[in-house]
Amino acid sequence: MNVELRPVKTPAELALSASYADARARLPGKGAVAELREDAFRRFETRGLPHRRVEQWKYTDLRALLRDSYPLAALPDAAARAHAKNAGQVLTGVDRRRLVFVDGAFAPELSDLTEEEGLTIGSLADALAKADPLVMAHVGKVFATEDVGVALNTALMGDGAVIRIAAGVTPQRPIHLIFAAGSETPSSAFVRSLIVIEKGAKAAIIESHDGGDSQVNSALELVVGDDTQVDYVKITQGRALHIASLLATVGARAKFNSFAFTGDAALVRNQNFIRFAGENTKAAIRGVSLLRGRDHVDNTLLIEHAAPHCESREQFRSVLDGESHAVFQGKIVVQPHAQKTDAKMLTRALLLSDNAEADNKPELEIFADDVVCGHGATAGALDPGLKFYLMSRGISEKESEALLIEAFIDETIEEIAHEGIRDALKFAALKWLGSRG
Amino acid sequence: MPAVQETVEQVRRIDVDQYKYGFVTDIESEKAPIGLSEDTVRYISAKKNEPEWMLAWRLEAFRRWLTMREPTWARVDYPKIDYQNAYYFSAPKKNALASLDEVDPEILRTYEKLGIPLREQEILAGVVRPEGERRVAVDAVFDSVSVATTFKAELKKAGVIFMPISEALREHPELVKKYLGSVVPITDNFFATLNSAVFSDGSFVYVPAGVRCPMELSTYFRINEKNTGQFERTLIIADKGAYVSYLEGCTAPMRDENQLHAAVVELVAHDDAEIKYSTVQNWYPGDADGKGGIFNFVTKRGDCRGARSKISWTQVETGSAITWKYPSCILRGDNSRGEFYSIAISNGRQQVDSGTKMIHLGKNTTSRIISKGISAGKSNNTYRGLVTAHRKATNARNFTNCDSLLIGNQCGAHTVPYIEAKNSSAVFEHEASTSKISEDMLFYCQQRGMSAEEATALVVNGFVKDVLQQLPMEFAVEAQKLISISLEGSVG
Repeated sequence: MNVELRPVKTPAELALSASYADARARLPGKGAVAELREDAFRRFETRGLPHRRVEQWKYTDLRALLRDSYPLAALPDAAARAHAKNAGQVLTGVDRRRLVFVDGAFAPELSDLTEEEGLTIGSLADALAKADPLVMAHVGKVFATEDVGVALNTALMGDGAVIRIAAGVTPQRPIHLIFAAGSETPSSAFVRSLIVIEKGAKAAIIESHDGGDSQVNSALELVVGDDTQVDYVKITQGRALHIASLLATVGARAKFNSFAFTGDAALVRNQNFIRFAGENTKAAIRGVSLLRGRDHVDNTLLIEHAAPHCESREQFRSVLDGESHAVFQGKIVVQPHAQKTDAKMLTRALLLSDNAEADNKPELEIFADDVVCGHGATAGALDPGLKFYLMSRGISEKESEALLIEAFIDETIEEIAHEGIRDALKFAALKWLGSRG
Repeated sequence: MPAVQETVEQVRRIDVDQYKYGFVTDIESEKAPIGLSEDTVRYISAKKNEPEWMLAWRLEAFRRWLTMREPTWARVDYPKIDYQNAYYFSAPKKNALASLDEVDPEILRTYEKLGIPLREQEILAGVVRPEGERRVAVDAVFDSVSVATTFKAELKKAGVIFMPISEALREHPELVKKYLGSVVPITDNFFATLNSAVFSDGSFVYVPAGVRCPMELSTYFRINEKNTGQFERTLIIADKGAYVSYLEGCTAPMRDENQLHAAVVELVAHDDAEIKYSTVQNWYPGDADGKGGIFNFVTKRGDCRGARSKISWTQVETGSAITWKYPSCILRGDNSRGEFYSIAISNGRQQVDSGTKMIHLGKNTTSRIISKGISAGKSNNTYRGLVTAHRKATNARNFTNCDSLLIGNQCGAHTVPYIEAKNSSAVFEHEASTSKISEDMLFYCQQRGMSAEEATALVVNGFVKDVLQQLPMEFAVEAQKLISISLEGSVG
C-alpha cells in the first residue's frame, strides 16, 4: 500500500516544534541566520521526523525510535562542568588540543586555547551572534541536503566550534572536540561546528561524544581546501540518542581520511554527505562499529564524485552481538563529467548472535562511462574453520573468538594514520571484546 | 575503460529505431468499452464465462485497487497514466476454438512473421521425429486472449495441463482456485492488484507429481490493438518431484502512445520440484526520442513451497520504454534454491529498474543472483535487489554479482542492493566489480599475447554466455541475436 497521508504529529514532533517556538527568540543569530533557521524548520514541519518509508531512513525509523523529544539543555552549571571534566578519556594517551563542550555549550575554561599561528578557534554561538563573516559564508551552504536530521540541526543549532586553519599551516597537535553530557536531567542538544581548512594545510581533527540519557543532534560542516591533508576521526560512545551529520566539500589534490568508531552506543546515526569538488583527490571513508545488547548503529554515506580523477575508498565493518542492529547505507554518485573516477566500497558485518540484524545497502549511481566503481558486501558468522584451527592449538573457544574478532576489526583500524589514535581505538576495541560476556 | 567501437556498433544494431516487430496486424477485434470501472471487470468476467467466485475475487481486487496509489520509489520517470483512457479487453473477433484451422489466418501470419510457426509445429507433431529433437509447445496470446496452444494432446498424455488460464478456470477450477493469488495476493502492489481485477488471459501450467514435462512450454505475448493494455496472468505449478521449463516472449507494434503491460506471474514449486522460467522481453521500446513504447510493470514471483525445490529465473530484457520488474523467489521449503540470471540492455530513452528478491525463510536455503546491465544512448539502467535471511533461515547462503556497462556519457547505470541478515549462520556475499572475477584470467590471456582490451572482452563475454546458457536452446539463439555484445570496463 502506498497511502502516504501525513499522520497526526507524534509527541516528539510536537515537542520539537514547541522547543523551536520557545527558543526562537533566544537562539543566536539574527537576520540571515534567523531566515536559515526558519527555512530549515519549515522543512521539518512539512516532512515530520523521517520514518521507514523515507528511503534514506529505511532501517532507522526515527519517528518510532524518538518517542519524546527532551527539552533543550540549559547552560551547564558548575556541577555539570565538573561532571564533564573527564570526558574524552578514550584518547588520554594522545597529546592533543582539547576543546570541551558541555551539553552542547562551549566550555572555554575546560578547553586548551593556547594561541598558535594560523589557527583560529571560536564558539559558534558567538560567531552567529556577531554575524562572523567566515560563518556567514559557509553555514548551511557546504552541502545542500533536504535531510530532516540536518534541517532540525540548522533550525535549533546552539553552539559548537568554529575553527579556521590558515593556508599552509599544520597545527602542532591534533584538535579534539569533546562533546560531553553534564546535566543529570534528560535534555537535548543541537551542536553545530564549522571547520575551514585552507589550501595546503594539514590537520587532524577528532570529535568524540559520550553521553548519558540525552539526545544529541550534531552537525559538522567541513570545508577542505585544495592540496590539504585532513584526517578526521569521530568516536561515539554512550547511551544517548545520537544523530550526527558530516557535511563536507573536498577540494582538488587533497588527501581526506575519515574514520568513525562507534562502540557501546545506544542509538547512533552517522550520516556523511561528502562531495569531491576538485580533481585528483584521494579519500578514504572508513568505520568500525561494535554493537551489543539492543544497540542500533547506522552509518549512512552519500559520496558525490563531482570532479574527474578522484579516488575514494569506503570501508565499514561492524561486529554484532545480542539483539543489536547495524545498518550501512552507502551511496556513491558519479556525475556525468566525473570521468576516471575510481570508487570502491566494502561493507562487512560479523554476526555473533542469532538475534542480531545487519542490513547493508551499498548503492551506486553512475552517469559517467569511463569509471571504475565497485562495491562488495558480506554478512556472516565467524569462520568455524579458523576457530577450529585456533582451538586445535590449545586456545580456548572464547579466546579464539576474541582473536578472530580482533583481526576482523583491526583490518580497518590499522588504516588510521595517526599512531596514537590508532592505538587508542585498538585499545577501546579490546576493552569491548574483553567485557563480552 | 570506455567501450570499444565494436561494442558500440553492435549495440546500435539493436537500437530502438530498428525494432523489427513494429508492424500492426489488421484484424477485426472486439473490445470492452473504454475505461475502467466495476462494469469493465464484470464485462471481462462475463466474456470469459467465469464462475461466480472468480468475479467476486476480481471485484475485491478492483475495490482494493481504488484505495491504492501508484508506487513512485522506482528510478523511472513517466507521464501519469490515465487508467480511464484505455481498453482493458480486446479480442480478435474470430475466436480460436477446437483446432488451429479455426484461427484467423491473419493472426497465424503474424506469428509466422515473428518467427513462431504455430501451424507448422502442429503439423509436425504427427510426423516421426529424430530421437532427441527438442520441441516446444506454444501458447500464443494476442491482445487479451490466447489464440492457440499447440501440442495439447501430447502434453495431456504426460498428464501435463497447459492451457489458457481462462480455459483452466472452466476445466480445472479447483486447481486455479487453490493456487491463484497464493504467491502474489490481490493486495500485493498497485499493478498486481490492477492485474487481478482485469486480467484477461495467460497460461496455466500444472505438472503432476513425478512428471518431467516432455517439452519446453512457451507463451508468446503480442499486443496488437491500439490503446489497449495487456494484463496477462501466468500460473505454473510443479507438484512433488516435477520439472518444467517455461519460456516467454513478447513483442508489440510501434505506436506513438505508451501502452501498459501489467502482468502477474506466479510459480509454485512443491517438494523436489523444479521450475525454470525464461523470458526474452522485446516489447516496443519507443522511438529514439522516447515517444511511445510499452510500460512493462510486471510482478513475477516464485514460491519454493516444498523442501529441496528449485526456481530459476532467466531474463533477457531489451525492450519496453520502462521496465519495472523484480522476479523473486520465496525460499520457504528447507534446502530450496532460487536463481536469478539477467541481462538487461537499455538504449535510446529506455528506463530499466529491474532486479530480484531472494527471501530466505527455510533452513539451508541457497540463492544465486547474476545480473548484467548494459546502458547506452540516454537510457538509465538500475539493478535493485533484496536478499534477506529471516531468523529461522539457518545456513542461508547467497551469492550476488551485478555488473553494469555504460556506453556513452549520457546514460546512467545504478545499483541498489538491499542485504538484510537476521541470522548469524547466514552467509551473504555481494560483489559488483569485474576485477574481482577476472584478474587472474586477464593475466592469463595477456600472457598469451592478447591486449588488455581483447582479454577483457573475452573473459566478460564468456561470463555473459554463462547467463545465456541458462536459457533453453530455442531462446538462446534469439537472445544471442539480440546481444552479441562484448562487455568491458564494467562498473558495479
